[in-house]
Amino acid sequence: MTRSNELYDAVLNGDAKKAHAATQAAIDAGVDPMTLITGSMVPAMDEVGRLFDEEEYFVPELLLAGRAMKSAMVLLRPLMVASGQKLATKVIIGTVKGDLHDIGKNIVASMLEGSGFEVIDLGTDVSPEKFVAAVEEHQPHIVCMSALLTVTMPAMKTTIEAFKSAGVRTQVKVLIGGAPVTTNYCKEIGADGYSENASGAVGLVKSLLAAA
Amino acid sequence: MILERTVRKYSELAIPTQDGLLYGTCPHPLQCGLGLTIGGGTVFPEVNFTLPPMNMTDATWPEVVAHYDQMAEQILRRAASLATPGIVLEFELLPPMTERPEWGAELTALLKRHLRAYHEKHKLPGALRVTPTDIRDQVKPPLMRSGKPWERLKRSLQLCAESGADILSIESVGGKEIHDQALMFGDIQGVVFALGVLAPRDMSWLWGQISDICNANPGVVSGGDSACGFANTAMQLAHQKMLPEVLAAVVRAMSAVRSLAAFEQGAVGPSKDCAYEGPVIKAITGYPISMEGKSASCAHFSPVGNIAAAMCDLWSNESVQNVRLLSGNAPEVFTELLTYDCRLMNVAASSGGRLQMRDWMTTSDEWLSPQAAVLSPQATIKIAKAIVGADTPYHRTLAAGRAAVEILQSGIDRDLLHISRKEQLWLSRIDEALTTFPVEETTLIGDMEAQYGSLYDKASYGL
Repeated sequence: MTRSNELYDAVLNGDAKKAHAATQAAIDAGVDPMTLITGSMVPAMDEVGRLFDEEEYFVPELLLAGRAMKSAMVLLRPLMVASGQKLATKVIIGTVKGDLHDIGKNIVASMLEGSGFEVIDLGTDVSPEKFVAAVEEHQPHIVCMSALLTVTMPAMKTTIEAFKSAGVRTQVKVLIGGAPVTTNYCKEIGADGYSENASGAVGLVKSLLAAA
Repeated sequence: MILERTVRKYSELAIPTQDGLLYGTCPHPLQCGLGLTIGGGTVFPEVNFTLPPMNMTDATWPEVVAHYDQMAEQILRRAASLATPGIVLEFELLPPMTERPEWGAELTALLKRHLRAYHEKHKLPGALRVTPTDIRDQVKPPLMRSGKPWERLKRSLQLCAESGADILSIESVGGKEIHDQALMFGDIQGVVFALGVLAPRDMSWLWGQISDICNANPGVVSGGDSACGFANTAMQLAHQKMLPEVLAAVVRAMSAVRSLAAFEQGAVGPSKDCAYEGPVIKAITGYPISMEGKSASCAHFSPVGNIAAAMCDLWSNESVQNVRLLSGNAPEVFTELLTYDCRLMNVAASSGGRLQMRDWMTTSDEWLSPQAAVLSPQATIKIAKAIVGADTPYHRTLAAGRAAVEILQSGIDRDLLHISRKEQLWLSRIDEALTTFPVEETTLIGDMEAQYGSLYDKASYGL
């Protein structure tokens, strides 16, 4: 596997401008887009994830690395689409109806993007109907729901029931998270997974996809 | 009669020395509610309570009301049985209660009835703080001064004031739409832009509105705000090792400037319990503050459990759900905890040990965390002096940030504060960033346009 050290270093150090420039240079040199992703960007993000897990990096370093990766993907995505190459796994994420808290959801979204997933962020106060419509439109593999308030947690259950009613429940794995959410609540409402933190959520997405 | 709002500009400290910065007492004690004087020598518990997990709909509303009825009765019964010298109940509205202002008003009236009953029967002094939810960020970008969310919020504030609130507060979110992102990316310029440019503008406007509502309702006090959505977010992310603790500490110091704006627009305290920047506000304004620490661990972690009490006038549990524990429901249990916390502080004070007790609470936490280090009386005075020594909110925010960096670096240099290598790297990064800001605020606003311009509504900030 060929590695662009410039691109690897740029992603690892969270330098979006350098990542963009290194990607353009590699494209100009005829390097295959998928090679850049699997040979340079994914290993760099894996290293970023390792440094975060070992508490050497904080979230800002993680997110800057994700931003650098996205700046490279801006160049690579059109080439991959044009050549019929498969794009990343899709994840839909949102804070449930009635809840305006989004910082935890945003961290999970950014970390998923940094791990190579295509994230469709529906924002906050997302109704079950909007979740269903997004699943029907984007055909994601994973849906992540967040809630911070005890009184908005029930909207997670309502949303899962809406997936069932719309006949899309079996198409997606549903993950939930947020301060008042627990493993027991996850089981109670029939979700597929719960994580108490953002990095755990990324790991959970990967393990659910691997098991699928 | 509608009273006229007093707009203040603070250029010196109401409490100029650290030895004057004590718990339970302040230059401007506040008489409010049912025979309660806050900051007049005694620390009182402020009990905050919320619902267990449940839906809030028309169908479940009677159950919601029953929960609040039960919580108020149990809290006050426990307070009376422990001879609590006075109590503040804080009712933080949940979003649906603000979106439907009549709901919040109904519960406000219910809680006040309980307070009145205990005041009449048990002579228990008390007050009701009511805190509607700032729902103005329901739309993206948030509309702060117009639109349905603001209209509902204003209606909620008005109805709660008319229904029995003694103190009005809010945890306002102006500037948060920028701050969240800037914080997550460790972007110091963005953080300062949010805290020093946008947030003070919104605070000034919003607290002018709130103070006017209070002035139109005699007996209702314009309380104060909290940088909860800013500095407490940073504190929680630091706790989860997602952000550097030194960044959370500097954000806390800088956040005092936006919280001060409430007092410039007529607030008289007590500031909100989760406003850990409260001591700086107290030093500058001389008005009483509410704080929370070790007895708020039911709601969230904090590395400032004791030091947070060192300068408080009310002592709070932040929030606890109405769930059953062995000795009773959680809100009444936390009433007991707070009562004993306050009793110890008050006995120490009446025995001549107010300063000693304050210093023990300070010393027990001060150098174990950067966030505690910026909360000591000494640090508070340094940050407060830096703020009043500058002229505009923008320059005050920068000055507070630089003061916090100096406090932390001084602690490290004196081998008192021990932080990891990566925390030290971040402290250096923050220090460097704070020295490279433009002199003119307008330059910063222009610099931020490309990155953040699409995230906020300029008219909402008078820009």
